[in-house]
Amino acid sequence: MSETIQEKKLLTVFKRPSSSEGIWSWITTVDHKRIGIMYGYAAFFFFLIGGLEALLLRIQLARPENNFLSAAEYSAMFTMHGTTMVFLAIMPISAAFFNYLLPLQIGARDVAFPRLNALSYWIWIFGGLFLYSTFIFGTAGAPEGGYLAEEIGWLGNAPSGGWFGYQPNASIKYSPGTAMDYWAVGLQILGISSLISAFNFITTILNMRAKGMRLMRMPVFTWMIFATAFLLAFSVPIIAIALFFVTFDRQFGTTFFLVEGGGDPVLWQHLFWLFGHPEVYILILPAFGIVSEVLPTFSRKPLFGYAAIVFAGFGIAFIGFGVWAHHMFASSISPVAQAGFGISTMIIAVPTGVKIFNWLGTIWGGKLNLKTPMLFALGFIAMFVIGGLSGVTHSVVPADTQQTDTYYIVAHLHYVLFGGAMFGIFAGLYYWFPKVWGKMYNEKLGQLHFWLMIIGFNLTFGPMHWLGLKGQIRRTWVYAEETNLGFWNMISTIGSFIIALSIIVFMANWAYSRRKGPVAPMDPWDARTIEWTVPSPTPVWNFSTPPEVENLDDFWHKKYGEDSEGRAVRKDTADQLLVDLEEDGLNPKEHIKLPNPSYFPFILALGLPLLGYAVIYKSVALAGVGLVLFLIGGFGWALEPIEEETIENSSTASESVGHE
Amino acid sequence: MSDHRYPHEPTGIETRKLGMWIFLSTEILFFGTLITTYLIFKGRTFDGIKLKEVYDIPFTSVSSFVLLMSSLTMVLAHNAIEKSDQERANIWLLATASLGTVFLAGQIYEFTEFYHKGFTLTVNIYGSTFYVLTGFHGAHVFIGVILLVILWGVGRRQEGLSLDGGMNLEFIALYWHFVDIVWVVLFTVVYLI
Repeated sequence: MSETIQEKKLLTVFKRPSSSEGIWSWITTVDHKRIGIMYGYAAFFFFLIGGLEALLLRIQLARPENNFLSAAEYSAMFTMHGTTMVFLAIMPISAAFFNYLLPLQIGARDVAFPRLNALSYWIWIFGGLFLYSTFIFGTAGAPEGGYLAEEIGWLGNAPSGGWFGYQPNASIKYSPGTAMDYWAVGLQILGISSLISAFNFITTILNMRAKGMRLMRMPVFTWMIFATAFLLAFSVPIIAIALFFVTFDRQFGTTFFLVEGGGDPVLWQHLFWLFGHPEVYILILPAFGIVSEVLPTFSRKPLFGYAAIVFAGFGIAFIGFGVWAHHMFASSISPVAQAGFGISTMIIAVPTGVKIFNWLGTIWGGKLNLKTPMLFALGFIAMFVIGGLSGVTHSVVPADTQQTDTYYIVAHLHYVLFGGAMFGIFAGLYYWFPKVWGKMYNEKLGQLHFWLMIIGFNLTFGPMHWLGLKGQIRRTWVYAEETNLGFWNMISTIGSFIIALSIIVFMANWAYSRRKGPVAPMDPWDARTIEWTVPSPTPVWNFSTPPEVENLDDFWHKKYGEDSEGRAVRKDTADQLLVDLEEDGLNPKEHIKLPNPSYFPFILALGLPLLGYAVIYKSVALAGVGLVLFLIGGFGWALEPIEEETIENSSTASESVGHE
Repeated sequence: MSDHRYPHEPTGIETRKLGMWIFLSTEILFFGTLITTYLIFKGRTFDGIKLKEVYDIPFTSVSSFVLLMSSLTMVLAHNAIEKSDQERANIWLLATASLGTVFLAGQIYEFTEFYHKGFTLTVNIYGSTFYVLTGFHGAHVFIGVILLVILWGVGRRQEGLSLDGGMNLEFIALYWHFVDIVWVVLFTVVYLI
């Protein structure tokens, strides 16, 4: 008897939050769909900021000898542009897809560790805000023989050592002030978030699959999440340690990367690119996955060579750890190493090429349905091929040493990361829009977005190929009139504003369609994977009954059979199946237990930026507060009662799924 | 267990345990990077005092022994829970945490000694790598002790500990053994070679 009383007392001490609406419901949520949506919006916000920074850079470069930005401001802007787009835009938008779709694609109710998932999100957002607080609290400082203090200005109070933070340029001697510390500590915090989500997703994929969902029946997107999560799990620790060293160098006077103290600046390059190159695949593999979902659906054919695509993805992930030094051909690595890394760079193009041919094989002979997601997927293939081919040219060491640090590289990396990753992401945003919001986007605006973007994109980055080959150096804020680089730079700047226009069209479409778009059916694209077997928008409980899977592309096989000649024929039962699925999906027959919301991920995450400030300002008080929050979060987390939230009334539940 | 995990763990490994295994695989990369850096810099020439001139192998051997014994007590705690002997499990759990604390105290003492003898963080590149490497491991032991204390607290509040479900002993034991094994490697690489 006394035991039950004690248990009740516990519940009042550590009550789990229960609100399902309002701001607290979002702060305490552990629902993978809500976390995915928050990731998406926050990452898109950072994407806009990163884009504005890029526009400032393009305005500065529009004319020769321009003085729109000072050198210091320009350096700060390209550093923040790169860092933002990599860590605060593309990675988290991919994470938004992972969160929302992974449990749906494998038939699970949530990820393996829902609270860790929330923790990962909050750490990420606090890390991003921490990094951007450099504009308020950070100082760039004026190194001897470098910028003048008055050139720095407001925009200049940001890290300016590049997203790669090369040493010794990013050391305390050449980058005094605290801005570079914000960069080092900020990335450290973001890395923790990535690691947590990586092992959460790996565990989810291994252990949360529905009945019959064997590994080789998983959708390709899930496979690419799997590969990406492994890449994160094995590459982030390397940069984390390297950033430790940087922070020690800058804060505590060690000399890990400083020659004068016996350290080694090239070691930084090795450690950075040992992370940095897998990072490139972390950015692109999710887009590969999205495109592999979109192409079969809109070509009305199965994916050509499913197994080949899956293994090529892992091939890329594996070889991706063996090519890092091709970023360093201009540094002091030996000819043998140069040859080796040149060859491995050629080899990694093979699995990538396998994928390209699989995608072409998929659309070959298909009945193409050229809706916006499909346009973006096709644009992705075209742009990525250009970027991939210019990438292979970097494996030729003598050529690469000419291209290093020119606009040719800028063109290449934007063709793979913008033309590749972002086009893939936009394909996914349109493709899954109906599932997330239960509304259809506006097709005309979507197509306008695509055409504006692909034109603007090629105008911006296409000319950079020849600007680079003509010798325009990257990361330099001016070029001379006599170089005759002005014309194509102006074209490039005009292109960048067309991209900005296309993004405005996208945002308008999104904002309008989410509220006033026509109601989306459950399966608007006649899709193939099981996330389309739940109603739109997805109910909080995902699947009302645990799904069972019998085939690869299970949903498609439920809708289609074969005639005597082996052609796909829609079954007579297909329409009724959809009606039944929607009916069942909205009205679960049994109690559904969902993971409970929790305050502690938020509290725990809040401690980290405070610890970050404590390191930068060597403040024991801040460290104390941060540590206390950290411990409260940790203890509270562990001692939280496992109190199940049950949903009995489906009408109240579906209201709370509205995400409004 | 809560029902949101309905998909029955196809790997056959308890989900938290599997998550811990994957986390530990990333930890290998953390320590791998640190040890590599240490070995790179160890082979270079530098001025100033070296670890060899200040360390006390018998002392560190004793504290290493203490840490290894904590792995033994961890196993005993595990064993006690398997026999559902909660009281004994609690004792062994606290013993593990105490041994970990003793190890930490030894490390703090050692660091202070080295510091007074002039082997500081910034004395040379070797000193820097030594402190970051062993300090990073020390931080892991510290976190391990906190986890053990939390686990003990959970056991008090929730009518005993279990090997699966919730904050369980099994996956924390995995972490603890891993940290011990890393120390075996570090002790060999840093002190003995």
